[in-house]
Amino acid sequence: MTTDVDTPVRAKNTPEEEPSGAGRSERLSALAQQHGALVTLIVAMIAASLSFDTFLTGDNLENMALSSAFLAVVALGMTFVIVTGGIDLSVGSLFALGGVLAAWASRYGTVVALLLPLAVCGLIGLVNGLLIARSRLAPFIVTLASMLGARGILLSVTDEGSKTYLVDKESFFAKLGQGALLGVGVPVWITVALFVLGAVVLRRTRFGQYVYAVGGNEDAAALMGAPVARTKISVYTLSGLCAGLAGALNAAWLASGVTILGSGMELEAISAVVIGGTLLTGGFGFISGSLVGVLLLKVIQNVINQIGSLDSAYQQVVSGAFLAVVVIAQTWLGRRRRVL
Amino acid sequence: MTDLTLGRVTADRDRLLGLLQEYGVYLGVVALFLVNTVFTPHFLSTENFRTQAVQVAPVLIVALGMALAIGSEGVDLSVGSAMALSTSLLSLYLGYGPGVAILIALVGGAVIGVANGSLIAFVGVQPIVATLALMVAGRGLALVLLPQLKVVQDPAMAKLGSGDVLGVPYVVLIAVGLALLVAFVVRRTTFGRQLLAIGDSRPAARLAGLPVRRVLILVYVCSGVLAAVAGVLATARLTASDPSSLGNLMELSAITAVVVGGTPLSGGRVRIGGTVAGAVLIQLLTTTLIKHDLPPSWTQIAQAVVIVLAVYAARERGKR
Repeated sequence: MTTDVDTPVRAKNTPEEEPSGAGRSERLSALAQQHGALVTLIVAMIAASLSFDTFLTGDNLENMALSSAFLAVVALGMTFVIVTGGIDLSVGSLFALGGVLAAWASRYGTVVALLLPLAVCGLIGLVNGLLIARSRLAPFIVTLASMLGARGILLSVTDEGSKTYLVDKESFFAKLGQGALLGVGVPVWITVALFVLGAVVLRRTRFGQYVYAVGGNEDAAALMGAPVARTKISVYTLSGLCAGLAGALNAAWLASGVTILGSGMELEAISAVVIGGTLLTGGFGFISGSLVGVLLLKVIQNVINQIGSLDSAYQQVVSGAFLAVVVIAQTWLGRRRRVL
Repeated sequence: MTDLTLGRVTADRDRLLGLLQEYGVYLGVVALFLVNTVFTPHFLSTENFRTQAVQVAPVLIVALGMALAIGSEGVDLSVGSAMALSTSLLSLYLGYGPGVAILIALVGGAVIGVANGSLIAFVGVQPIVATLALMVAGRGLALVLLPQLKVVQDPAMAKLGSGDVLGVPYVVLIAVGLALLVAFVVRRTTFGRQLLAIGDSRPAARLAGLPVRRVLILVYVCSGVLAAVAGVLATARLTASDPSSLGNLMELSAITAVVVGGTPLSGGRVRIGGTVAGAVLIQLLTTTLIKHDLPPSWTQIAQAVVIVLAVYAARERGKR
């Protein structure tokens, strides 16, 4: 929707592909763009562990990893969407809807509890994609509408939000959320596996290259013969699936489908993706960055909780300011790379 | 011969479609109004009209600012947070008298607008991200200033919230006045013309020597201040400041009103009349569903459908 003329189209996705004669400062700014979030994360973690004895404890790290896992899965789908130059505002509602559907369906067994949210959320994602790619409506407004629509569906399946479906704590489905493997929660393992898979798909498959091509320059991608519409439809479907799965896992973890969860999650996911170095203009981004972005947001949250005397509202101030700093830095770095 | 007739039929259909796209929102308002007159008991009462008007006023005021932002090919997601910040500031400074407090609340909105505008105009950040950052930070700031709900006890504020002139509440009068003002600004002032030119094509506007940055900042300041006005009025209505919930999802309602009103998201065009009608349409739709005991879930689904239909119609218009 907002194509800024100031932003150069990035055809080059990886620093390796750049001309070897590139200047040192260009490489530096590319590095900063790619790894800035990671460096900040490491610095923040060192600072936090020096300041608080309770930060680097097993319990605290495990809690952080678990609470990051669900957002990370949502951010994974969002990364694909944002790399194509789009945006998906419906993920928060789909997360909540997925959780409620999974909790409701868990009485029919684990398979149903996983398939139902995936089917419904994937379908809504598919509709998003069709409206965006085939009818050429703005992603922003289409996913805004489906955000409202999905929340409406959520309310109607829960008796206007008054009914909470519980998951039997002894079921295999609940184990999927609460169990642990080698001392690490199952959702964390699933998230890591999905990220590895996502990174391979985005980097090493034809579909991944189409995603970059569509985000870099849609018309050029179409001229090259890339299936633009199909790629767009796929990424929105993927985003819906990720949100639904994250919701289902969250429901398994909490052992209930909580209806009020997920509002504002789309913004958290977008923030994480942007902080991770993916450009909202499309054509440039990495899966690993989004994971770092999610972790960074959670570390900030954790540190503010640790301080204790600070109100949790400070977390929002810090996150917002941080997001602003990141986009300013990105724009600046991007401009520098273009000039040089 | 057949070709000729066919051609005329298509042309007529195109024109009809165009008219429908142009005036569809008004048609929708009239249709819903008639349906309610026939099917909803006590719809045609003064009390009902007053309630509806008072409920729609804050959304409308925010939507006016949003229309300006969208007309400049941007969007302002921080309006809800600007409302929250204004209500926090208002109740913090109420000790200095309502006049000063309201002024400070409006300045708070303007500051959010300046921050948005600077990020967009000087740094070149996309409006969606810049205002997203301010949306998160603004709400946080509002909560830092005023951690929980606070009752506002001030006779002047109470009067502003529930007083009226000849039966028309102040809140509604202010909303109507602001709508007229914004319509005048868009149509008749240099600023309005520059805004539309920038929304149409920013490079062209720059080449034509327009003060692009200044205009963009001013657009977001307007949006922030209008949101702050809505925040002040909502506080006066509720006689309480609640920064954690005031203005939640307001950006969605405002964007819906603007888009349903026929302002294209691609910028370069602002329809204030349509925005007013869009806000009224959504309000009437909600009322219709509620008065007929349909659950709120239906309202949200209906809103989603209306948004998609409105954007779909706008797309056709943009093509020609």
